[in-house]
Amino acid sequence: MKKEVTSLKSSQVDFRQVLRPSPFQEKIKELGLVEDWMSWNGYKAARSFDTLAAEYFAIRSTCSVMDLTPMEKYRITGPDAKDFLNRLVTRDIEGLKPNRVTYVVWCNDEGKVLDDGTIFHLAEGDYRLCAQHHQLDWLLLSSFGFDVTIEEETHEIAALAIQGPTSYSVLTAAGLGDLEFLKPFDIGFRSFNGLEVMVSRTGFTGDLGYEMWVDPNDALALWDHIFSMKEQGLFDIRPIGLGALDMVRVEAGFIMPGDDFNTAETAVRADRDRSPYELGLGWLVNLEKTYFTGKRALSSEIQRPAHRRLVRLSVEGNKPPTDAFLYDSMKGKRIGTIKSCVWSPILKMNIALADVEFNKGKLPKNIWAEIYYQKELEWRATWAKCDVSEKAFWVHSRSSATPPNNF
Amino acid sequence: MTKVKKVLVIGGGHNGLICATYLANVGFDVQVLEARDKVGGGAASRCFAEGYTSPSLSIAGYGINKKICKDLNLKFSSNTSQHRKDTIALDSQGNHLTLSDGSVSGKSLSQSDIDAYRAFQLEFRSYAKALQPLMMNKPPRLKDMDRQDKKTLAKLGWSLRFGLGTKSMREFLRVGGINIYDVLNETFDSPLLKGALSADAVIGQHMGPRTPNTVLTYLHRLWGEVHSGNDDKANDQIAHVLERSSLDAGVRILSDSKVKNIVLEESRCTGVELVSGEKILADIVISNTDAKTTFLELVGSRHLDAMFCHRVNSVRQRGSVAKLNFALDGLPSIKGLSEEQLAQRLIIASDMRYVEHAFNHAKYGEYSSHPVLEMSIPSIADASLAPDGKHVMSVSATFAPHTLKQGWEAQRDAFTEVVVETLGRYAEDFSSLVLHSELLTPEDIEAQYNVSGGHWHHGELSLDQSFMMRPVHGSAQYDTPIDGLYLCGAGTHPGGGLTGVPGHNAAQRIIDISKSSN
Repeated sequence: MKKEVTSLKSSQVDFRQVLRPSPFQEKIKELGLVEDWMSWNGYKAARSFDTLAAEYFAIRSTCSVMDLTPMEKYRITGPDAKDFLNRLVTRDIEGLKPNRVTYVVWCNDEGKVLDDGTIFHLAEGDYRLCAQHHQLDWLLLSSFGFDVTIEEETHEIAALAIQGPTSYSVLTAAGLGDLEFLKPFDIGFRSFNGLEVMVSRTGFTGDLGYEMWVDPNDALALWDHIFSMKEQGLFDIRPIGLGALDMVRVEAGFIMPGDDFNTAETAVRADRDRSPYELGLGWLVNLEKTYFTGKRALSSEIQRPAHRRLVRLSVEGNKPPTDAFLYDSMKGKRIGTIKSCVWSPILKMNIALADVEFNKGKLPKNIWAEIYYQKELEWRATWAKCDVSEKAFWVHSRSSATPPNNF
Repeated sequence: MTKVKKVLVIGGGHNGLICATYLANVGFDVQVLEARDKVGGGAASRCFAEGYTSPSLSIAGYGINKKICKDLNLKFSSNTSQHRKDTIALDSQGNHLTLSDGSVSGKSLSQSDIDAYRAFQLEFRSYAKALQPLMMNKPPRLKDMDRQDKKTLAKLGWSLRFGLGTKSMREFLRVGGINIYDVLNETFDSPLLKGALSADAVIGQHMGPRTPNTVLTYLHRLWGEVHSGNDDKANDQIAHVLERSSLDAGVRILSDSKVKNIVLEESRCTGVELVSGEKILADIVISNTDAKTTFLELVGSRHLDAMFCHRVNSVRQRGSVAKLNFALDGLPSIKGLSEEQLAQRLIIASDMRYVEHAFNHAKYGEYSSHPVLEMSIPSIADASLAPDGKHVMSVSATFAPHTLKQGWEAQRDAFTEVVVETLGRYAEDFSSLVLHSELLTPEDIEAQYNVSGGHWHHGELSLDQSFMMRPVHGSAQYDTPIDGLYLCGAGTHPGGGLTGVPGHNAAQRIIDISKSSN
């Protein structure tokens, strides 16, 4: 049989290419020295470009640039857009004004978290919902009875996160105007070196930073223009991958659905899913507002003693408590596990997010981690005391200073 | 003594009336809101042409459950010694079969079929009886069971294991989920006998004889029959008898009062608003309409959880039976049938392939070119239904899907013609006798009787929509996610028919909940 070879149009993705290239792919490949790739929502994304330490310190000390395009993005419009979102998420978004962003979670009927994300109020009645995981089916299913249009626009919007203490100075020097009065969670629409960009003062690093949203056709021009500031020798600007981001987000206390807890949709066993209260996100739940999915379940959950919570832990010593079990005393009763952990270079401490069982509705007073670690290929075990912190470990005044400090 | 609770029942069909009467009997202040000009719903009679009256939607089969007749002291006047109508399966050559309660007769039948039928009926009726504890109680939850749920399950287990015995229980478990086509082929030879029995299994459902689950639907029908408390000739009286008994119990009936929406305060139901704009407050609202209408129209999805709404919206409840009423100039002559036999329940389903082929059309949004027909001529027993010498014939025609590919509007006359033609194959003079005819498609039933989809049972009687999943899980024990709002219609366990058991079970549930909350 004669084989027919048809050429692929540039708009079509070759089926042999398992991971989808982002619009910034060309630049990422050029700068990525270690070819450390991973899949992020089906996109080919860099885990690191050269060394983790350099990328980490770019976020905390200078300016980092990360490709955000793979984040799931949905456009929600129509007369009932606001009502639809308010029925979807646990937080009251009635007061979310145009050009503002808010952090939200949404639950299933049982009040268990399906995902978290941010709502961008782009214009009156026009919203963008960014999510960690694919949510289109849940959004469509939730839209029954609402006059809304829901469109996935993950591939139609290219996004870059520009984060770090000098990010404001870099963007200002690059000609992005009127940035000084952009408060945290504000959105602005700007012309930037001839490109139409949307800029929001948002991020996942807990530091000063911005996210820029453009047409994918403008993606490379945006990248080049930002990096041209580096070439001028004014600022150090580094591309970063997901590895460094995972370090700073633990420092900032941000949780990652799928890593720190099973999302309700993926949980198979009973008790493996988590409510916002169990994730320490009770502050996102407004039981006073109009009905939202999971409200009945959450209203009844708060009547009962709490079973467990995801907590922020500082762990004694310098051994990272990767995948460690937690006990109520050294060699005592097992009460939980570490989910994410990191040795924080800037804080010089071991910090972690951990799922901890409560004792009669109360957080246990003593938490000990049993840590296994290797020394020259030999396994050892040690015990480390853990302290719960209600506040995030990394909070810096520069992240919220308006106008931000210039460098 | 606590304050008398005010109850509103939305919909005065038979289940609504029964539920209302039970509650009024124990001291609730009950008001029934009926959208139509009279109560009775599908059981009420319908004047379709001047001087001609016919049962609205129900034809024959089985009536109100015995326990309900006894509890509510329902009295039906009956002027005939015969308790149940026979079913006569028509044969175009005149070799009809007569199916009585436990036996079958007919010239063309072999002795082995006659014996097999007797054994089959005994066996299947014993299955139907074994299900009784499950049917007369709220369906037990599988998680967080209360005492009553445990009791129901224990009783069901007992009646299956010890009521049926090992051999029958095994056979029941073997056939319970499979299709009637296989079971009948294993049991009988006569194509006409198999055709008639398979028709009973599928009428009212979007299923053919080969559809898995059709043994269950057949058992559901038998269960209704076995426990029917009234002469089925009295089915036409059901609406009147229930209305009278509810009025006697102190129920107030408000007709021409269509409910626009159910009023909520916080997450509690506090009453209803009528289409007229009038608001009526109540402590308890019971909806006799189907789950889709109740939750998606009267409550509204924005007051409910998303997945719950999705489940409700996914309930399969597109009706597949059209009702036809014919005014006839005289009795049709069917070869080999006497007038007395004409007064029985007649079925046209010549064999199982005929029924399956009829269903094939429905799968693709067409009406059957050779429909399965269930007929009765009620004017033979009750002359008041038609002028002197004239008759009414009431026909249920299957399959006539709710959503027709080309739309019903353009197809109405064509379908009536198909039914008349089909009847003409058995009664040659039929078309010449028709004075008036009326067709109620599932679409019409939906609009006129306020049943989403126009489905007989407010939802297919399939395993995935039965018991603790009826109408949907999260609302299967007559209560709903909304405090103070309950369901009592055919869409709830154990499903439709004229048994009235959903209304009975809902009332028991509401009484139990009221007791425990006092």
